[in-house]
Amino acid sequence: MQVRVLYFGVLKELFACPSEDIEVETGCNVGELRKVFHGRMPERAWKSMAIAVNQEYAGDEVLLFEGDEVALLPPVSGGAPGDACRRR
Amino acid sequence: MQIAIVREVIDAGSITAELKAGADGAVCVFDGIVRDNTRGRRTLYLDYEAYEEMALNQMRSLAEEAIAKFGVRDIAVVHRLGRLYVGESSVLIAVASAHRGAAFDACRWLIDTLKKTVPIWKKEQFEDGAVWADGEPFPEEIVRG
Repeated sequence: MQVRVLYFGVLKELFACPSEDIEVETGCNVGELRKVFHGRMPERAWKSMAIAVNQEYAGDEVLLFEGDEVALLPPVSGGAPGDACRRR
Repeated sequence: MQIAIVREVIDAGSITAELKAGADGAVCVFDGIVRDNTRGRRTLYLDYEAYEEMALNQMRSLAEEAIAKFGVRDIAVVHRLGRLYVGESSVLIAVASAHRGAAFDACRWLIDTLKKTVPIWKKEQFEDGAVWADGEPFPEEIVRG
């Protein structure tokens, strides 16, 4: 089956496109899709990304279905320029 | 509630004026603006982008959660996308409440939570190059579900 994968921020630049249709096995979950991208991006980016399915954050156990919209989300940085986030 | 993603200048005055009602004793406003440097490196401008439908949904649920959690009366959250220059507002959060304590607390919680969970990103253009800003790590419950 196919799912549509959307890329944002640094990942959109890395893959040089905003989205791709990707073939996955029927019954595939978010964790398995996550593994498909291992090695296709820097380790740090892979470890820190969150995944949303049909516009909701989804844990690794969430099942995917034909035609789902899956977004790969780098750590978000909206709002004002970082202040709290520089403490780490 | 006023929840919006815009591409034009955020009019803080009119958003705040529209929010006020007779029952309010306080409106607390957070106006996030583009700073001229990041860790001493001179910033020229920032480019903001979003996963727009999801960002709007997230902003709306955060506002609903804040009303329930802090007991404030009404909230406006407006985020701007596109190219923003030094001094321009990227985000405006206004909280109206009968009492100031709850308004301050809700406003602080909203901006802190927005920065961790709402899918918006910015690329910082410096004099000598550009980088996607480091976001805070996602809260554990988001990554693991």
